[in-house]
Amino acid sequence: MMSDDKIIQPSLAVEIAGLKLKNPVMPASGTFGYGEEYSRYLDLNQLGAVVTKGMSLHPKAGNNVPRICETVSGMLNAIGLQNVGVDAFLEEKMPFLQRYDCPVIVNFFGNTQDEYGEVAARLDDVPGVAALEMNISCPNVKHGGIIFGTDPKAAFAAISLVRKRTSKPLIVKLTPNVTDIQVTARAAEDAGADALSLINTLTGMAVDVKTRKPRLANVIGGLSGPAIRPIAVRLVHQVVQAVQIPVIGIGGISRAMDALEFLIVGAKAVQVGTANFVDPNAMATIIRGLEEFCRDEGVADINDLIGSLEL
Amino acid sequence: MNNIKTIVLSNQEISPGYFRMKILAPGYNKLASPGQFVMFRVQRSLPPLLRRPFGIFRMGFMPADCDNMPPKEFIELIYKVVGSGTEIMQGLHQGDPVELLGPLGQGFDLGEPDEEKILVGGGIGLVPLYMLAEKMVDNSNVSLLMGGRTRDDIITVTEFERLGVGTYVSTEDGSLGEEGLVTRVLERKLEKSPHATVFACGPMPMIAAVQKICLQYDTPLQVSLEALMACGVGACLGCVVKGAGHTDVDPHYLCTCTRGPVFKAEELDWDKDEMTVRTSGGCR
Repeated sequence: MMSDDKIIQPSLAVEIAGLKLKNPVMPASGTFGYGEEYSRYLDLNQLGAVVTKGMSLHPKAGNNVPRICETVSGMLNAIGLQNVGVDAFLEEKMPFLQRYDCPVIVNFFGNTQDEYGEVAARLDDVPGVAALEMNISCPNVKHGGIIFGTDPKAAFAAISLVRKRTSKPLIVKLTPNVTDIQVTARAAEDAGADALSLINTLTGMAVDVKTRKPRLANVIGGLSGPAIRPIAVRLVHQVVQAVQIPVIGIGGISRAMDALEFLIVGAKAVQVGTANFVDPNAMATIIRGLEEFCRDEGVADINDLIGSLEL
Repeated sequence: MNNIKTIVLSNQEISPGYFRMKILAPGYNKLASPGQFVMFRVQRSLPPLLRRPFGIFRMGFMPADCDNMPPKEFIELIYKVVGSGTEIMQGLHQGDPVELLGPLGQGFDLGEPDEEKILVGGGIGLVPLYMLAEKMVDNSNVSLLMGGRTRDDIITVTEFERLGVGTYVSTEDGSLGEEGLVTRVLERKLEKSPHATVFACGPMPMIAAVQKICLQYDTPLQVSLEALMACGVGACLGCVVKGAGHTDVDPHYLCTCTRGPVFKAEELDWDKDEMTVRTSGGCR
């Protein structure tokens, strides 16, 4: 893998479930709006893909405020999947994204199996939608799919149904809030998922000791940011061992070095979340950093790094 | 309107707990309008993880360090030390690296010239009102009603006076100006000038009281809100406030960062005793 030849332009291209990405870096759903919000800070065409805010069949209002709160090296959020709904997305948000040649991955969720299926079906023949990411893991709403994420049987049934209703590559996003993530991962693979993405946020809570109130109106929220990275790397490592399908690593990535950890344990691509809030250019910096790392280490193709963990 | 890596030009305590920071900010004098804010990154390393939103107090140019260099363009922030982020901020010195994302958000609508303008500021809420006063003072009669808990909370009032703004100070403990709430001063003022426009920024109870009074006098009101936010660009949806007509069945949330931070009173949902934006609470 290492060579003494000078690498001028390392290849960062990866392929996931038939989807060709110019590099393995994309935003995590919910941290990048519908792309437009960040387009003045970042050329979306630089990205491996854009992943939209989670979409449901009907618009969703989200939770009361406070919805966010900073914690040690991380943040808690309980936004509550506020979104415009799939029809408004297709009408108002998708045309903007279609102007770019960057693949668009649409994240979606449902309250019921049928809703999951219906949203998937509506997105199926939309030009420019490169893949679907099925969220079975939001911790912040009663029916945000977490029930499907924590019960392997329910996951299998919902994913099987969605599989029948879409011809697009199907990525399933997993929750870390389970006892054995390998069980859910295998259930998703068996149900026909083309790829897995993980982790969604870890559930957490913070208290204002003076007012004795929870810091979030929803009481419990999802923890993200650098604090969760070691847990995420561990879970990606475990899932890569358990399944054949490609895995996308998510959790606390804010620098190229962080992304590399996930790639080395076997993730085919990564998603950057909270770091986008801190620095709208974070993903561009990470992509440049990956390129530099490959050049410095004599890696001609980033695929040579993927799964190169030495045990 | 992008992120710039820049440096601190000066950082001084101007009243107990209140600091004033000058930051090198090329382009801001052309770009920024009164009421806009920046997402400020206090240092490249952790903590804190997230940027903090700050209203721009003032901007301008400083003489260059040497001949043949353009003048240095700056913005000034005024902040109160309230938590971990601002604690680190107060320790910054000239030359320290910081980052600015901005200018962000929708600022004040300057209204019609010649109409009387009343600014109501509570403590640190005074910050976004200075540039507004600067813009309006040439063609309108502008007054500032400034309230605080004690005299320590009354900041930069003399600078408003130098602009030609008539100022009225009140403190809850009577240590400076009139004893009592600034809203009482506002009521008296509106009694005499019911056709004024009011611009308010301060703690949420003050803003809510100002709204009630303005409604009573049928006086147009613009408020600048503060909210916890992670991104400042409309992506995180953490800073939402309930908009007019909001119900649980038909919710209507507005992002403070992109639809605000300045709102016309009629855009917001004032039905509840307590509005949903928390002014200075939360995690700092």
